[in-house]
Amino acid sequence: MLTILFDGIAYGMLLFILAVGLSVTMGLMNFINLAHGAFAMVGGYITVLLMQKFGVPFLVCLPLAFLGSALLGAVLERTLYRPLYHKPHLDQVLFSIGLTFMAVATADYFIGSSQQIVQLPEWLKGRTELGEGAWMLGMGHYRLFIIAVCAALTVGLQYVLTQTRFGSRLRAAVDDQRVAAGLGINVNWVFLGTFAVGSGLAGLGGALGAEVLGLDPSFPLKFMIYFLIVVAVGGTSSITGPLLAALLLGIADVAGKYYIPKLGGFVVYSLMIVILVWRPHGLFVRKGGK
Amino acid sequence: MHKRQVFKAIALAVAALAATQSIADSGTFKIGLILPMTGQQASTGRQIEAAAKLYMAQHGDTVAGKKIQLIIKDDTTIPDVTKRLAQELVVNEKVDVLAGFGITPAALATAPIATQSKTPMVVMAAATSSITQASPYIVRTSFTLAQASVAMGDWAPKNGIKKVVTLVSDYGPGIDAEKYFIERLQFNGGQVVDSLRVPMRNPDFAPFLQKVRDAKPDALFVFVPSGAGAAVMKQFLERGMDKAGIKLIGTGDVTDDDQLNDMGDGALNVVTSHHYAAAHPSAVNKKFVEAFQKANKGMRPNFMAVGGYDGMRVIYEALKASKGQGGGDALLAAMKGQIFESPRGPMFIDSQTRDVVHNIYLRKVQRLDGQLHNVEFDVIKDVKDPGKSK
Repeated sequence: MLTILFDGIAYGMLLFILAVGLSVTMGLMNFINLAHGAFAMVGGYITVLLMQKFGVPFLVCLPLAFLGSALLGAVLERTLYRPLYHKPHLDQVLFSIGLTFMAVATADYFIGSSQQIVQLPEWLKGRTELGEGAWMLGMGHYRLFIIAVCAALTVGLQYVLTQTRFGSRLRAAVDDQRVAAGLGINVNWVFLGTFAVGSGLAGLGGALGAEVLGLDPSFPLKFMIYFLIVVAVGGTSSITGPLLAALLLGIADVAGKYYIPKLGGFVVYSLMIVILVWRPHGLFVRKGGK
Repeated sequence: MHKRQVFKAIALAVAALAATQSIADSGTFKIGLILPMTGQQASTGRQIEAAAKLYMAQHGDTVAGKKIQLIIKDDTTIPDVTKRLAQELVVNEKVDVLAGFGITPAALATAPIATQSKTPMVVMAAATSSITQASPYIVRTSFTLAQASVAMGDWAPKNGIKKVVTLVSDYGPGIDAEKYFIERLQFNGGQVVDSLRVPMRNPDFAPFLQKVRDAKPDALFVFVPSGAGAAVMKQFLERGMDKAGIKLIGTGDVTDDDQLNDMGDGALNVVTSHHYAAAHPSAVNKKFVEAFQKANKGMRPNFMAVGGYDGMRVIYEALKASKGQGGGDALLAAMKGQIFESPRGPMFIDSQTRDVVHNIYLRKVQRLDGQLHNVEFDVIKDVKDPGKSK
């Protein structure tokens, strides 16, 4: 039972890393970016290709995946996304879903559509077991690693958003662009940086997730629903909202599939419906928020 | 007078054009090959395309005085598209044979078109038992999951595996595999502790595998489409299930030759039952594998490739036997009952069910010349599809 809880937490943490970038762009910049999964896929492929073709160690690949997708995010923000900030949400949705399909086709064309397999280093492969019987806790080392990375990221992000100068500039830019610009904040740079970090986080999530979730060109479409559920349930105004939502969904999904395998796939959706009926704007809403 | 001459000239020209058209038509034999070249099952499409082209390169493109024309279409793994492409091929291109079909729903969607147009339809990949019953014009050269799983249900109880949990993907072939494996296992005195069905698009196998682990069976029987097999196997090892004394068994999709090498040493000693392995020790297969790898930059042929290769053979021989004359019915008659030596070993197209009858091998993953291979160690001869016995 503890093992199930542990697996659920690890899975939830993974969902969180994948989705947190989306909640940043969607919640803070008020831009509907359905192409978020495409950045995650880019991170995954960077990792897989570096490891397969150039023998780069796994741990080195992770920051490279972050940087690679952040750079791509920055370039696309400057060229494609910026003109769309003031367009209606429907335009943004259509644009970004189009971008997703293009990413899927591109990956399919250049890399091929078969599943990519990541070979983890030996020390991440094993498993540690504590206790006996029903209360046995089995922890896969790789899942422990995911949880550690995710916890570090959460603390880091929370710190940046609430304690640093960049964080307060970002919040100011979001609340009122004109006044912020009048105060001498370069809104364009702040948004560019935020978008790049959001994309980079997606890329890191993709790199970490390739082992557990599998990686093929349909990745952005397959997991788009999960990202959206996390953001919808968690709300978009903070880091803690999506974190708790992702943990809740991860645990519910894993436990649902374990205890009632016949209904396995539906537990997450039922939970989402219940939560959204109860709190239509997500679990955590900023007071007076949009 | 003048007008009439112009009219005559036009009529003559049209007649001449029509004549050349019909000559061209009777001189070519068109095979419409519909495959998933993009999307989830694209590796199936790539393998079959490579194998079909290899067969044509080896056996020439003129048979019984007709020029063979291969028209390859990509159905992107979506059955609606398969159906539309089949319609276009039959109506516009007037193909003589439809072939390919990567997944079961694609084959089933096309079956009515084959029946209405009396066009033979050669299924080279899809493996649900019921497909050949969907139209009297369907001939299959791939395999059925019932064949592969029954063989495993025979082998396992005789080798100390009594308690089994099954884990299959929740769609046609998975349900076939589950049903026939369980039936045969119980017949042989084995016991099924639990049967788990995994949604097709399942992100994480952890909860299912944990459930298996807690049930403590002798073995876990797995069918998932090739591709997902690697994920199951890795998580199986990560969970330490091999150390807990649980064996991993399944149909050959789990250790697909196309991906086996990337799976790493964790795959060693996994036992599967299937009709083809690239390491099958026969002269015909050695030649096939060598030629295939030479033509495709070292890509290893898998069971999909052999289905495509044999499918082309069945079409070629049917055309030869019907001497290039006659339409769909004559071709179909000539396809039924073909017996020949395939790279997979001896095979036979049963004339009653139009389904393939072949040997099913039990294989264990081992290292051969530095590469991982499915090495055959036992065989069950001439397995007819158990799904047709009713």
